[in-house]
Amino acid sequence: MIPVLFILVPLLSGLVGFFIKNGNAAKKWSLFVSVVTLVISLYSLTLGKNAPALNYSASWLPSLGSKFSVELDGLSVILTLLTAVSFPAIFIATYNKEYKNQGNFYALMLLSQAGLMGVFVATDALLFYFFWELALIPVYFLCSIWGGDRRIQAAFKFFIYTFVGSLLMLIGIIYLYLHTTDHSFSLQSFYKLKSYIPAADQTWLFWLFFVAFGIKMPIFPFHTWQPDTYEQSPTAVTMVLSGVMVKMGLFGLIRWLAPVLAGGTWLWGDTASALCIIGMIYASLIAIQQDDLKRLVAYSSIAHIGLMCLAVFATTQTGLQGVMIQMFNHGINIIALWIVVELIERQLGTRKISELGGLAQKAPVLSILLVVVALANVALPLTNAFVGEFLMFSGIYTSTATTYNVVFTVTAGISIILSAVYMLNMIQKVFFGNTNSLTENVRDIQWNEKLILVALVLLIVLIGIYPQPALELTKTTVDTIITKMNAKF
Amino acid sequence: MSKLVYLVPLSPFIGFLLNGLLRKNLSKSLTGIIACGTVLVSFIVSLLIFFDVRKDGFETEIVSLFNFIHIGALKISFAFQVDQLSVLFLLIITGVGFLIHVYSTAYMHDEENDHFARYFAYLNLFVFSMLILVLGANYVIMFIGWEGVGLCSYLLIGYWFKNVEYGNAAKKAFIMNRIGDLGFLIAVFWMISKFGAVTFSEVFSKAPTAPVAVLTGITLLLFIGATGKSAQIPLYTWLPDAMAGPTPVSALIHAATMVTAGIYMIARSNIMYTLAPTTQTVIAIVGTATALLAASIAVKQNDIKKVLAYSTVSQLGYMFLALGVGAYTGAVFHVMTHAFFKALLFLGAGSVIHAAHEQDIRKMGGLKKFMPVTHITFLLACLAIAGIPPFSGFFSKDEILSAAYEKNKIYYLVGAFTALLTAFYMFRLYATTFLGKFRGTSEQEHHLHESPSAITIPLIILAILAVIGGFAGIPEVFAKGSHWLHQFLSPVFAGSEKIKEVHVVAANQELMLMAVSVGVAIVGVVYAWSKFSKNPELEDAKGFGKLLADRWYVDELYNAIIVKPLNAFGKFLNEVVEKSIIDWMVNGVGKAVQYGSRQIRLLQSGQVGGYVLLMVIGMVILFIVEIFIKK
Repeated sequence: MIPVLFILVPLLSGLVGFFIKNGNAAKKWSLFVSVVTLVISLYSLTLGKNAPALNYSASWLPSLGSKFSVELDGLSVILTLLTAVSFPAIFIATYNKEYKNQGNFYALMLLSQAGLMGVFVATDALLFYFFWELALIPVYFLCSIWGGDRRIQAAFKFFIYTFVGSLLMLIGIIYLYLHTTDHSFSLQSFYKLKSYIPAADQTWLFWLFFVAFGIKMPIFPFHTWQPDTYEQSPTAVTMVLSGVMVKMGLFGLIRWLAPVLAGGTWLWGDTASALCIIGMIYASLIAIQQDDLKRLVAYSSIAHIGLMCLAVFATTQTGLQGVMIQMFNHGINIIALWIVVELIERQLGTRKISELGGLAQKAPVLSILLVVVALANVALPLTNAFVGEFLMFSGIYTSTATTYNVVFTVTAGISIILSAVYMLNMIQKVFFGNTNSLTENVRDIQWNEKLILVALVLLIVLIGIYPQPALELTKTTVDTIITKMNAKF
Repeated sequence: MSKLVYLVPLSPFIGFLLNGLLRKNLSKSLTGIIACGTVLVSFIVSLLIFFDVRKDGFETEIVSLFNFIHIGALKISFAFQVDQLSVLFLLIITGVGFLIHVYSTAYMHDEENDHFARYFAYLNLFVFSMLILVLGANYVIMFIGWEGVGLCSYLLIGYWFKNVEYGNAAKKAFIMNRIGDLGFLIAVFWMISKFGAVTFSEVFSKAPTAPVAVLTGITLLLFIGATGKSAQIPLYTWLPDAMAGPTPVSALIHAATMVTAGIYMIARSNIMYTLAPTTQTVIAIVGTATALLAASIAVKQNDIKKVLAYSTVSQLGYMFLALGVGAYTGAVFHVMTHAFFKALLFLGAGSVIHAAHEQDIRKMGGLKKFMPVTHITFLLACLAIAGIPPFSGFFSKDEILSAAYEKNKIYYLVGAFTALLTAFYMFRLYATTFLGKFRGTSEQEHHLHESPSAITIPLIILAILAVIGGFAGIPEVFAKGSHWLHQFLSPVFAGSEKIKEVHVVAANQELMLMAVSVGVAIVGVVYAWSKFSKNPELEDAKGFGKLLADRWYVDELYNAIIVKPLNAFGKFLNEVVEKSIIDWMVNGVGKAVQYGSRQIRLLQSGQVGGYVLLMVIGMVILFIVEIFIKK
C-alpha cells in the first residue's frame, strides 16, 4: 500500500492545491504534504524487504493487459526516498520566495512529485509511461509560466527534447508489448522477452530507449536543453529537475532497458559508454568556461550523470551499487548547490561569477557550508560522493562487459581532476578574494536556509563516513539486475 | 594500549570540531589550549603505544572500527594498523605537530579571534587526516587521509583568503595533487581487480604470486600519486607556491609531514616495490633528478621561504632515491631527521619573518645580534641539513648515499654533487640572513627583536632533536647493532630483505664514502660562508643564474603546453561546438517542427469543402492500400 500512498498523497493534495487561493496557505499546505510523504518514506525503510505493504496491484486496463502494479524494491526505495527528501528541502529552502498564482505553482510541484513517485514504483510499462508524462508536463508549465526572461524559448526546447524522447520510448514500449507472449505490459513479461527478440531488433530497440533516457539524463549530445532550462526555470523547479528528475533517465536505463534488452545493451554498451565519457570531459571543460553559476552547476551535473550512466554499462555489482547510492547523493548535493546559488542571486541580483567575490568575509557560515558541498561535488573522501564514485570507478575498472575497461576508467578519471578545477575556481572567485561594491552588503544565511543546508551537509558527511546501511538497502536489487544483465539473450 | 589507537586521531578531530564550531566564542588562549592540548594527548597516547610496540614479541595489531564498504567479495573496513612504521610516523606527526601548534599560538597572535580559531581548526584537521593516512590498514583508508591532508593543505595555503594570489597557489596545490591522486586511485582499482582486496596484509601476501608486469603497473601508478603529494618531477611545482601559507603551516605540512606521505606509502608497500625492479629504477631516477633540479634552483632564490621550499623538494628527492635503491630504512630515517631540521629551519624563518616583516634575504643581514636563539638554532639546522657530522642529517644522508653507491655510481655522484649544492645554498641563506650588516630600513631595524618563548622553546627542542636525531641510526661500521632504527623497523621490511640480494659494503669503502660526503659538505659550507658573509649577492641574477632564479621556466612550460591549450579547447567547445553546432541542430529540429505545424495549420482553413476533399483523398488512398498493396 505504501507505493500507492507515495503517488496519491501528493497527487490529491496537488489537486486540492489548485483551489487554494491564499498563496501563503498553499505554501504551508505543500510543505505539510511533502513532510507527510517524507514520514511515509522513512517509515517504509523500517519495514523489512519483501514486506507485503511494499507491493500493490490492481486491475487497470485489463483489455490492454495493463495493470496498476507498483512495488518498492531497492532501486525504488532509494529513489522514492530521494524524492521524499528533496521536496520538503526545496520547499523550505525557497520558503521566502513569492510567486504569482502561488496556489497553482505549488499544486503543479506536487503533481510533478506524484508523477516522479509513480515513475519510480511502477512495474507496468504503460503505467510507467503514464507517470513519466505526469511528471514532465507540470514542469513544462512551471518553466514557461514562472521562469526567467528567456523562459518560453527554454521551455520550448525542453518540450521538443522531451517530446521526442517520450515518443521514441512509447514506440519501444508498444513494440515490446506486442511481442510479449501474454500481451502484457508488466515488467515480468518484459523480462522474458529477450529470448524472442533477435539481436538485430535489439539494436534499434536499444537505441530507441537509450535516446529517450539519454535525453532525460542527459547524455551527450542530447544535453543542450539542460543548461538553458536550468538557467531559465525558477530555482525550485531547477532543483526538482536536476535533483530528482534526471534520475528518471538513469532509472529507466536500470529498470526498463538494461535488464530487459540485455543483449542490445551488451552489444552497444561500448558505444554508449564512449558517449558518456565524451560527455563527461566535454561538459567538464565547458563548465570551466562558465561565468553563470547556474550553467556551471548544470554542466557539472552532466559530467556526474555521465559517470553514473557509464557505470551502469560496466555491469558489475560494485559499479551498479555505486550508481544506486550516487543517484541519491547527486540529488542532495546538487539541491544544496542550488540553494546557495539561489541565495546569492536573490540577494545580489546576479549569478555572474565575475561580478562576485569576497563573500567569505560577509557570509562565513554560508561559505563553510558551500565549501563542504563543493567538496562533495568533487568527491572528496568522507563525503557521500566519494563512496559513490569510488564504487562506480571500481566497477568500471573491473568490468568484464567491455574490453576497454582500463581506457574507460582512465579517460573518465580525468573528469575527477577537471571537477576540482571548476569547483575550486568557483569557490575562489565567489567566496574568496576581496569584496566589491556589490558584495559589500551581503548578509549571512537565514534560519530556514541554514536549517536545510546544515541538514544536507550532515547527510553528506554521514553517508560519506558510514555508507554501509545505504548500500545494504539496494543490495538484493543490484544482484537481481546484474544477473538479468548478464543473461544476454 | 594499541587497542586505544583510535584516540590518536580522535583527539585532534575533537579539537577541530570545538575550534571550528565555537570559533566566535572562544578566547585566543582557550583556542590555543584546545588545539595544542588535543595534539599533546595524541602524542602521549602515541608514546605509550610506541613503548608497547618496542616490547619483545609485539605482533602487528589491526584495530577494526566498523565496516566502511562491504559489497560481495570486496571488504573495506575502517581499520587502523599499528606496527613499527606507523608508530614511528605517529610520533613524528604528533611530536613535531605539537611543537608547531605551540609555535603558532605566538606566530598567529595578531589574527582576529575567529580567524585564529579557524587556523587552529584547520591545523587540527590536518593532524587528524595525517594520522588517518599513516594509520589506515588498507589503501582506501590511507587514501581518505591522503586526500584529507590535501584538503587541509589547500585550506591553509589559502588561509589568508582575501589575497587572490594565495588562493591561486592553494588551488594549484589541490589540482596538482589531484592529478597524482588519480594514479593512486587507479592503482587501488587494479589491486581490487587483481587481488580482490585492498588491505595491506592481503595485498602483500598475494603480491609475490602476481606477474611482474602487474606489480610494475600498480607500483608505478602509486608512485604517480607520490609525485603529487611529495612534490617530485613532474608534479613538484605546487610546493614552492604553497609557501603562500602561514610559515608554521609550511613547517608542518610542507616540510615535516604531509610531503613525506609518498615516502610512507612506498615504504609501507615495500614488498611490491622490491618485486618490481623497473619501478624502483624509475623512482631512483626521478628522485635523483628532482634532488638535483630543486637544489640548483634553490641556489639562486632570494625569498627565505622559497629557498627552504626548493630545499624540501630536493631532500624529498633524496628520500625517493633511497626508496628506489631499496634502502627503505634510509628513506624513513631521512624522513625523521628531515622532519626535525627542516621544521626547525621553517620555524626559524618564521621567527625572522615575524621580527623583520620581510621575506627577501637581500634586505636582511646581521640578524645574529638581534635574534640570538633563532640564530643559533638556525645554524644548527643548517649544519644538520648540510650533512656535517655528528648532526642528524649526516647520518641519514650518508646512509642514502652509500646505498646509492652500491646500486649505481651515477646516483651516488649526482647525490654527492647535490649535497655540495645543499651545503652551499643553505649557508648562502644563513650568511645572507644572519651575518654581515642589516640591510633593511632603520624603521625595520628598530623593530628587530628576539621572538617570544612560545616561538623559541619549540626552536630549542627541535634544535636538540636536529643535533641528536641521527644517533638513532649510527652506521653499523662503527659498532655492531648500533643502528637502532634499522633493527626497530626490520619487521616491516623483512619481506623485502628476504627477496633482494644483500651487498655488504666493505668497511673501509664505507668509511671512504663518508669522508667524501663530509669533505663535500665542508667545501660547500666554507665557500658559501666566506663568499656571502661579507659580500651578499644583491643584484639580480644574469645568464645561467637567471635561468636558475626563474626556476628553469618549468611553470611557464606547463602553462604553455597544458593550461593554455586546455583553456582554448574549452573555449572552443563552449563557444563553437556547444552554441553553434549542437544547438543549431536542435533548434533546427525545433524550427522544422514549427514550420511543419504552420503548414499543417493551413489545411485547417475552416472551409468545409476543403475538409471533404481531403477526406475523399484519404479514403481513396486507404482503398488503394487495402486492395492493391495488402495481399
